[in-house]
Formats: sequence, C-alpha cells, structure tokens
Amino acid sequence: MSNNQTTTSAHHPAHVHQFDSMEQQNEVASFGMWVFLLTEIMMFGGLFAAYLIYRIKFYPAFVAGSTSISVAWGFANTLVLIGSSWTMAMGVWAAQQGKRKAQVWFILATMVLGAAFLGVKAKEYYDKYEECHIPGHIIGKEFNAWGGCKVGDPSMGNIAEEIRDAKHHGDPSIPENSAIETAKQTQIFFSFYFAMTGLHATHMLIGLGVLTWLLFRAKRGEFGPEYYSPVENVGLYWHFVDIVWIFLFPLLYLISRHQHHG
Amino acid sequence: MSTVNQVAIPKVEVMPEKHYLNDNYGIRSWLLTKDHKRIAVLYLFTITFFFFLGGLFAALIRLELLTPQGDLFQSDTYNKLFTMHGVNMIFFFLIPSVPAVLGNFLVPLMVGAKDLAFPKINLLSWYIFIAGAAFALAALVSGGVDTGWTFYTPLSSGFLKTPVVVLGVGILIAGFASIFTGLNFIVTVHRMRAPGLTWGRLPLFVWANYAASLIMVLGTPVLAITLILLVLERGFHIGIFDPKLGGDPVLFQHMFWFYSHPAVYIMILPGMGVISEIITCFSRKRVFGYTFIAFSSIAIAVFGFVVWAHHMFVAGISTYSALVFSLLSFAVAIPSAVKVFNWTATMYKGSVTLSTPMLYALGFIGLFTIGGLTGLFLAALGLDIHVHDTYFVVAHFHYVMVGGMVMAYLGGLHFWWPKMTGRLYPEAWAKMAALITFIGFNLTFFPQFILGYLGMPRRYHAYPEEFQVLNVLSSAGASVLAVGFILPLIYFLYSLRYGQVAGNNPWKATGLEWETTSPPPTHNFEETPIVTCDPYNYGDDEEVHVVK
Amino acid sequence: MQFNVPFFPEQASTAAKQVDYIYLFLVAITAFFSLLIAALILYFIIKYKETPGRKAEQIHGSMLLEITWSVIPLGISLIIFVWAAWLYVHMQRAPANSLEVYGVAKQWMWKFQHSGGQREINALHVPVGRPVKVTLISQDVIHSMFVPEFRTKVDVLPNRYTSLWFEATKPGTYHLFCSQYCGTKHSAMIGQVIAMTPEDFENWLASGKAEGSSASNGEKLFQQLGCVTCHRADSAARGPNLMGLYGRPVKLTDGRTVLADDNYIRESILVPNAKVVSGFQPIMPTFQGMISEEDLFQVMNYIKSMGDQQQGGPLNNRSYPDQIRENELRHIQEQMKQQETTPQKPAGKK
Repeated sequence: MSNNQTTTSAHHPAHVHQFDSMEQQNEVASFGMWVFLLTEIMMFGGLFAAYLIYRIKFYPAFVAGSTSISVAWGFANTLVLIGSSWTMAMGVWAAQQGKRKAQVWFILATMVLGAAFLGVKAKEYYDKYEECHIPGHIIGKEFNAWGGCKVGDPSMGNIAEEIRDAKHHGDPSIPENSAIETAKQTQIFFSFYFAMTGLHATHMLIGLGVLTWLLFRAKRGEFGPEYYSPVENVGLYWHFVDIVWIFLFPLLYLISRHQHHG
Repeated sequence: MSTVNQVAIPKVEVMPEKHYLNDNYGIRSWLLTKDHKRIAVLYLFTITFFFFLGGLFAALIRLELLTPQGDLFQSDTYNKLFTMHGVNMIFFFLIPSVPAVLGNFLVPLMVGAKDLAFPKINLLSWYIFIAGAAFALAALVSGGVDTGWTFYTPLSSGFLKTPVVVLGVGILIAGFASIFTGLNFIVTVHRMRAPGLTWGRLPLFVWANYAASLIMVLGTPVLAITLILLVLERGFHIGIFDPKLGGDPVLFQHMFWFYSHPAVYIMILPGMGVISEIITCFSRKRVFGYTFIAFSSIAIAVFGFVVWAHHMFVAGISTYSALVFSLLSFAVAIPSAVKVFNWTATMYKGSVTLSTPMLYALGFIGLFTIGGLTGLFLAALGLDIHVHDTYFVVAHFHYVMVGGMVMAYLGGLHFWWPKMTGRLYPEAWAKMAALITFIGFNLTFFPQFILGYLGMPRRYHAYPEEFQVLNVLSSAGASVLAVGFILPLIYFLYSLRYGQVAGNNPWKATGLEWETTSPPPTHNFEETPIVTCDPYNYGDDEEVHVVK
Repeated sequence: MQFNVPFFPEQASTAAKQVDYIYLFLVAITAFFSLLIAALILYFIIKYKETPGRKAEQIHGSMLLEITWSVIPLGISLIIFVWAAWLYVHMQRAPANSLEVYGVAKQWMWKFQHSGGQREINALHVPVGRPVKVTLISQDVIHSMFVPEFRTKVDVLPNRYTSLWFEATKPGTYHLFCSQYCGTKHSAMIGQVIAMTPEDFENWLASGKAEGSSASNGEKLFQQLGCVTCHRADSAARGPNLMGLYGRPVKLTDGRTVLADDNYIRESILVPNAKVVSGFQPIMPTFQGMISEEDLFQVMNYIKSMGDQQQGGPLNNRSYPDQIRENELRHIQEQMKQQETTPQKPAGKK
C-alpha cells in the first residue's frame, strides 16, 4: 500500500487506486478482516466440535488428561493474553490519536506479552515432553501415560498415579485397574490439546510477525488519525486470537478438572 | 460465420491502443501484477495445465478399463491414477475454474470497480495456489498418492505408504488460495459496487460468485482443519481418527464432507452464473425471474451446508439422521430446478442465436438437468443403498461437474474471450468443438449410469467380464470427448494472433464489462460508471445502461 | 465379451423389486423432465430463431409460474423421499427370525462364520426364503459389503459392528463386492454369495467341517480367557451375570440405560470402563489385542445363547460385595497376564 507514492499530495500516501476515498478504503479493510475472522471461526469451530464429541465419548480420560496439565500456568497465560489485548487496544487508540511514540511502545508491549505467552506455552510443552505425554511416537519418546516416562524419572507424568491420588482426595471409587485403562485413553485428549493449542500458537506466531511489520511502519510514523486501519485490523486479529484462548483455557484446563467419573 | 458476427461487426474493429495486456511488458510485470485481469490470466494458464494433466490421468483410466482383467497397469498404479485425477480436477481445476479465472476478470468489471478490494491478496492467492500445486506435483513426482481424493481414514492415515502428507499439505495450502479469492469477492461485492448498482441490479454472475464465495470462506477452513488433523495423525500417529486408539474414522467423513459437499456448490454455482449471462445475451431478453435465480444461488449455498451426511447413508450413521439428511438433500434440489426452469423460460419469445457460448449453455442446461435429477436417486435412501459407491455416482457427479461446470466454464471462456483478448475465435471450429464435446460427454458418461445400476463399484481396477461392453463404450466416448477439449486449446491459441479483432461489444451484450474496450484498460474505468437501470435490459434500442 | 447388455442386475432378494420400483419411478421422472426441458429448448430455438425485423418480447417473470415450478418438484421430491425412506427403514431392521451370520472384512478378503461354526472365505452360502442378517466388522480399514443382486450394501467399520439383511428369493451365485475403496487390491476383494434351497443349505452346513458350534467355541473361550471367574451366577461373582443379557436394557453407574446389543457387548469386552453396569466396580481388564474379531463373534454367540437357556431373570439383581481387597485384584490381574502369554488357538478353523 505504501508504494503508491506517486499520487498527488491531495491523496494520502496510503490511498490505493481502486478506492474512491480513504474512508472507503478503511471501511473495506475492516470489513475484509471481519470476513477473514469468520473463516477463522469455522476453522477453530471444526476442531472444537471434534473435541466436544470426544469429550463425551472419553469423559474419564479427558478428566485425567485435563488434571495433568498445569492450571496455574494456563491461568498465568490467560492473564498475559488479556494484558496483551489491552496494550493492543491502547496501541490502536494511540494510532487514532496520532501519538507516534505511544503506539510504538504499545505495539512493542503487545509483542513482549505475546512472546511471554509463547514462552510459557513452550515450557508447558516441554513438561509434557518430559512426562512422555506427547501423543504418537515420533518425537523422541513414546507416549506413555500409565507407567511414567522410560527416560529420566519413572514417576514423572504418571497419570494413572494421579488418578489413584484422586482417591485420597475423596473419590474411592476409582480402582487401580480403571486408572491404568483410563490413562491409556488420555492420548486422545493430548492429541486435541496439542492440535488446539498448537493451532492457536501458530496464530500467535503469525500475529507476532504481523506486529513486527506494524512496528516498523509505526516507527516510520505512517499511522495517524486519517490512516490507522492496519493497526486496527491487526488489533482485530489479535483480539480474536485472544478470544480463542479464552475458549481454549476453560475447555482444556478447567471444565473437566477435579470431577470424578462414577 | 455466424449471423452474429455479420450483424455485430459492420465496420472493421481496431484494437485499443492501450490495454491491460500491453500496458507493461516483461515477466516482472506479470509476476508482480496486482491487476485482477492479469491475475485471472495467470490462473487461466495454471488451471489449463492442471485440466490437461487431470485429463491425461482420465485417459489412462479409461484405457485401463477397456479390458476387464486390469492388464495395463498394476492395481496400485491405477489407484494412483484415479486419486490424482480426482485431486487435480477438483482442487486444482474445478474449484478455481470459474471463480479464479472468469470471476477474477469480471467481478470488478461487472460491479464497476477499478479492481478487487484487495489486489495484493489476490496476487498472494495465486502464489499460494502455485505453492499448493507445487506440493501436489511433488507428491505426484515422488510416486503419486493412492488414497482416493476423499482421503478416508484409517486407510489414508495408517495403511498406505505413499506421500499422503505432501499431497494433504498441498491441498491445505491451495485451500487458502480459495479462501482469499472468496474473501476478495465478498468484500468487493459488498463495498465496491458502482453508484446505482443496487443488489437488485447485480448481474447474476456476480450473485452466483458471491454465493460461492460464502461457501469458500465458511467451508474451506473446515477442510483445512480436517487435513491438518489428518496430516498430524499420519505424521505423528496421534489418535483422533484412529480406531486403534479409540478414535472414530467416521468423524473424518463428517468433517471432510462438511466442506466437500458444499465444495460441489463452489464448483457449480459460478457456472450457473455464466449460464444466466449467456442465455440472456443470445436470447436478447431480460432474464426470467431475476430474483428467483439470484436467491436460489444463496439458498443452494445455505442448504449446501446441511446435507453433507448424504454421502454416508451406508456408513453406519443412525437411521434418524439419515432421514433428516435425505429430506434436506431433496430440499436443495428445488432451487436448482427453479434455475433450470427460469433459464428455459428466458428463451421464450426471445430472439435466439445459436452461437458457440449459447451451444455450451444449452448443453449445460440439458446435462445439468440429468445430473441434478440423478442426484435425487442418491438422496433417496432405499435406492442409495444400492447405487452408493457404484459407477452410478461416478456418472452423476461427472454430469454435474463436467456436463455442468466444465461446459459452463468453456461457454464463459468463449463468451468473454473477445473481452479478455480483444479477438474472436473461429466460430465454425468452436461450434464443432462444442458439438463434439456434447456428444463425447454423453457417450462417455451415460453408459456409466447403467454400469452403476448393474452394480459395478467405483475405483475398480479390474471388473467382472459382463461389464465390458459398457466400459468399452465409455472409453470410446472419452476419446471423442478428448478431441472436444483439445480443439478449443488449439483455436484459442490460434486466435490470439490471427483472430478477428472483436471490438468492444461483439455480442451486443449488456453489463458494465462490455462498456470497456476489449481488452479493457488497466484501471477498467476512466471514471466510475453510474448505473441507472436493471441488468439485462435487452430490447432497449438505446444502450443507456451507463451514464458517464 | 457378451453383447446382450441388461439394464438391471438380477432381482434375487425380496428388497430388489422394491428398489427397482423406486428406480424406475425416478428414471421416469428424470426422462420426463429432461425431455420436457430439451423439447422446450428445441422448440424455442426453432420458433424464436433470430429473424430480421422481429424483436424479443421482454418478460420479467411470473410469480405464478415460479410457484408452480417450485411446488411441483417439491411435491414429487416428498413422494420419493417418503417412499425411499420407508424402504430404507425396512432394509435397516432385520426380522427377528433372521439367520445370523458374522463376517470379518480385512485387506483384501471376506471371512464369514455361521452360527453352526462353519467358516468360509470370500464366499457366503445362504438359504433361499429366509431372512439372513450379516453382522460385520473390519480388522483394518473401512470396507463395504455390496451384493448388487440383493440391492443391499453396508460399510464395514473397524471399530463398530454394522449389519445388513436380505432374503434371497432365487437360488444362484451372485456377486459379492467391496464397494468402499480399501487400498491396493480393492478390486480383488470380491467373492460370491451362493443362495441355495433350504435343503441344499442344510446339506452344505452338514458337510462343513466345523469343530463345534460358534456358541460352544465361545463357551470354551469364555473359560480360557477367564471371563467365567467373574461373570458367574454364584456369590463369588465380581461382574454382572450375563445370563439373558443379550437384547435387554442395562442400567449403568452413571444412570444411563443402554441396550445390550452386539456393539455394547463388544465395547464392554474391549473397553470395559466405557459403560460400567450399575452396582459394579470398574475392575474388568481390557481384552484389547487379546482376542481376535472372529473369536469375539464366538464369545458373542455364547453370550447370546446364555439368554436362550434362561429367560426373564432380572438383571443385576445381586448385591455386590462392597469392596475388592487389593490382594484379590492383584490375583485377578495375574490371572489375566497368564492368559495373555498362553497362545490361543481358535477352534473350528476350516
């Protein structure tokens, strides 16, 4: 959009030829973003639907799998993302107001928080790797929910152990045998866990890439009260990715937790 | 030479001095173009390649089926042939055909815009398409894939040793090209119509592409996530569709058909749009029942999303859901019937010329009627049990996809060829090609209805001897059909250099695209046109469609 | 090459005629509308051919016509829908007196098992004049059993039983196709269905070298696999009594009630924790990987036959011993392990 520098000074430098006016151009960009988000909703929607179907089918296993992931880190990440949504919104506001410095800082803050989220996610993934909870057997260690990991600490990540532990916290109805078998089925839960958070993390990565591009443009001072639609639309995208997490967090970490089958 | 040409070109037309083709030269000016018309041409070359590649596979399939023993190829080679034929034709030819070539070229012209809303994304979509196509070709070169285009699990995820992941990623990527095209159309139609061009004045071609775009934007992402899960399952052995780990392979079918059934409407709706334009022009008449044709497109797009399980009537779904999906599938037939009746009625009391595009359009109506009605056989539960997964299904969807969409695509290409290139194709040759295509098509696919009812299952490399006569007939028809498809390639290329100069509006058609020069200038319109009347205002002597 | 091309496959089952009637009706509808449209188009082409001096008459449309050609197709569609749906429902529900046959599909072979214990590969012998219900499962990918002369077909899934039924009307040899693409030799996964007169069928059954009926083989497995240690009628039972279980509703721990059909019993053997019977502990170990699909059929037949012996006894009427002692559990598991290591030879292989 910025390469149309030849247009006369009456035009905004970002104005492209197919639009009659800057207003039309901005409006079209945001409309396009909303249509794109519809696409995204359908994409995540397909995955969510599959998750919910399996949750009904393998409820005890989903409880066990859900209990084995760290709600504390998940909650921390939720806060980080909500924070980043706020800085993003402030970034859009700063661009609207023509506050050049502020918008750069807010975009930067959004990126830092986004990176922090991915860092925490990476830590959680690493924990799962250590515990041999990565489904399938392609990445180093074979999935092993019931006997702990073969490498390192054998007691680590023993979901069956956790299910048995739950017995002490008031559910005596889960015998060992059942615990082992349920633990085997958690592989499906983890398949969804990695597919869903992985797809979300991919969106975050793309978001960080786009924010970097935005940062350079903001630094050059391209955005102001007349032209801020790129910031606004990246903001829309960023908020959408946050909202996906707002659904993922309870779905994966919370709703199945600390409930007992039987 | 047809009468149209004699009437339409009283004086010797000359090419405009400056147009989108000679605006700029060199490979860079094409590969970095943001002009929707040039991107359409890029797409045209790409999908023509895939059409003939897919056609080559089809030819080999028909050659193999000449004899019942399966003696020409090994069975796994044959399985690769029909897989690559399906994948090529569906994802790399039919889905982009009318939208990405004709739609890209015409939608901005028809709505009176200088370009699509997002030209860069439009170009990006072509590059994404090329990237996806590169993966598909890589899968082909590295041995080919034999899953069938439907990729049913657990066969595709765990049993076959071919590069399924490569092809899956290719289709996934190409899917985004389709999403971006759809997104561009939706935004353009909503926000960039010329003053006076209300929704009720939109050409039906635009309505049809708009409806198809809705499906592209809402359906394709579900295919994307399904393919992602398939690729994860195959690459990392996770257990979402794997029955060994408790997964449900039928869920894959649900997710796959949730996209792939509406995808059928991505393939046919834009074709229907082409037909509405051609029939009106060569009957010199307003379209009969404009509102009904326009809204039937939307109805098809909406209903299309709730009929997917009719592909699974024998796949062990519950009787109740089978009943619901059967009923809904019958419902989707009604808007299609409405369209056919309206097109036919449009010719009533018209002034009909049988030029080449009209021949294709009339061929479309006939073949689509048969294709659509045989769809009822498959929606009818008790009957579907017998014909499901037989050659009856193969014949049915080829009647819709080839008899319908390819006919419409070729009709549209002939209709707008003068607009795209500024030159006319040789009319006599073109008429002959249209006729050969029609005859060859029926010879190829009609016997397959009978084969299917007799019980020949699809995707069979070898078959019982009693089916041979009909198979030979079908293969013979296919060779005629091949001639019908190769002829246009030859005379279109010929016309680029030697074709008669067409002039701005050789068919005396209405519509904003005909108000521009042929070929149109790079920015389409010098000034934004203002629309003052309904589309297809044939019969008004004065062409007062546009006030500048 | 034979040159008399028929338009129909032979009608060899009770359903075939019904399916053909719908087909013919639809062919008539298709022919009528296709010819109508073609005739109209041809007529319009000739009648309204472009002629100098005559101009097209502009007509916008007609609400009456639009309604007519929406409502008439809708009506016809509904007739077809109801008719075909009725037939579908009829073809889904096997009559109670059906002869039961079990089939296993695998790449690229069909294996059938009669309740008398007779087994056959890529062939299925059935009597004429009696409904036959075939319950199917796949060992690997999705297949589909298709007999064109019977106009019937069903997908064969890897994790779930599906079934079809037919009543052959004519003795003869018919096609058995796999119609769901299943890999390299898909087109070689074919066989024959041989319909015989009841007398011939009895003779055929008698000539088959079966080592005991399917149910009696199932009983042996039931003991070999140690099922009998828990599923018994006396006070030492730790699992539900299976007497008369088949086809009856079962109350589960989570309050749901499910029907004890083939799929329920299969799931309970392979994934015992999925549906635990009310009043019992989820202590049963899985038999996944320990029992073949064919053996499962035999156990199933045994469980069904238990119902024949004693009808009507209320289910789950026994109170369950309150707690399983840890040592007892270990004992059971050890028993299971032993069963796992001893190789099992299925009985009655032909």
